[in-house]
Amino acid sequence: MVKWYPTEDVQKVRVKRANKPTRLRGGVSPGQVLILLAGKHQGKRVIFLKQLEGGLLLVTGPYKFNGVPLKRVPQAYTVPTSTKVNVSGSDFSKINDAYFAKEKENAKKTEEAFFAPKKEKKPFSDAKKAMQKSVDAGIAGKITDPTVKKYLKTKFRLRNGMFPHTLKF
Amino acid sequence: MAHARFVEIGRVAYVNFGPEKGKLCVIIDVVDSKRALVDGPSTGVARQQMPFSRISLTEFVLPVKRNQKSANVAKVFDSHEIVKKWNSSNAGKHIEHSLRRANLTDFERFKLMVAQKKKSLALKKELKKIAVKH
Repeated sequence: MVKWYPTEDVQKVRVKRANKPTRLRGGVSPGQVLILLAGKHQGKRVIFLKQLEGGLLLVTGPYKFNGVPLKRVPQAYTVPTSTKVNVSGSDFSKINDAYFAKEKENAKKTEEAFFAPKKEKKPFSDAKKAMQKSVDAGIAGKITDPTVKKYLKTKFRLRNGMFPHTLKF
Repeated sequence: MAHARFVEIGRVAYVNFGPEKGKLCVIIDVVDSKRALVDGPSTGVARQQMPFSRISLTEFVLPVKRNQKSANVAKVFDSHEIVKKWNSSNAGKHIEHSLRRANLTDFERFKLMVAQKKKSLALKKELKKIAVKH
């Protein structure tokens, strides 16, 4: 039998499904220690706070321990460890993707502006500093074990005889 | 020559490789120069051929007859408490430690590193005291 075609081409209606945020791998939950694999903070052990709407993970050093601020990190660039820290005393519910949006500069595209010397970098906003402090206070304050503090301060390092595929985190 | 471990009927062996890796078994017959017939009813090793390249001979020998029935091998094995003796022997402990090392988590590895550093620092301090100055 020959396939039946309608006289006019009918567009197949495709239902667009809402994107789900990336699945959290490795049983990661708030307070879990992750190892960052790329970027300026390679090898640093940070604390996972929550997954943002876009799918990226919100992490913090805490800043005092290893210089990692409130930061968004793609899941693929982290390794979850089995260590967990108590983050119940910290409020990071207000942080979302909009918090990390770049401030839009009203730059007029004129010739003078193009050749003018580049403006200095804007200083880190006080509001963000305050947020960092308040989030970290709830976490760092609860870490009493000096070994855990040292653990978060130390970078992860591969040595001779350590093979990532055999290591347990 | 006096302390050599021989392949003999009743020699308890530790399996290093293959699906039975990590288990103890008893040599109950020799097939040829490269294989033995092995049985470990108490430790979960089915009666089977086992190449000598896969096993390590332990220090234990059981009074087992050639081709003895599995049930009787189990009786002898259990009455001699081989598993207990193995776990407290040097070789058994070494294997337990290497398994423990392999299963360390990241935090445990960190704690181990800190402890090793502390130990080597203490050692160096003492060595310096007794070092001969040239």
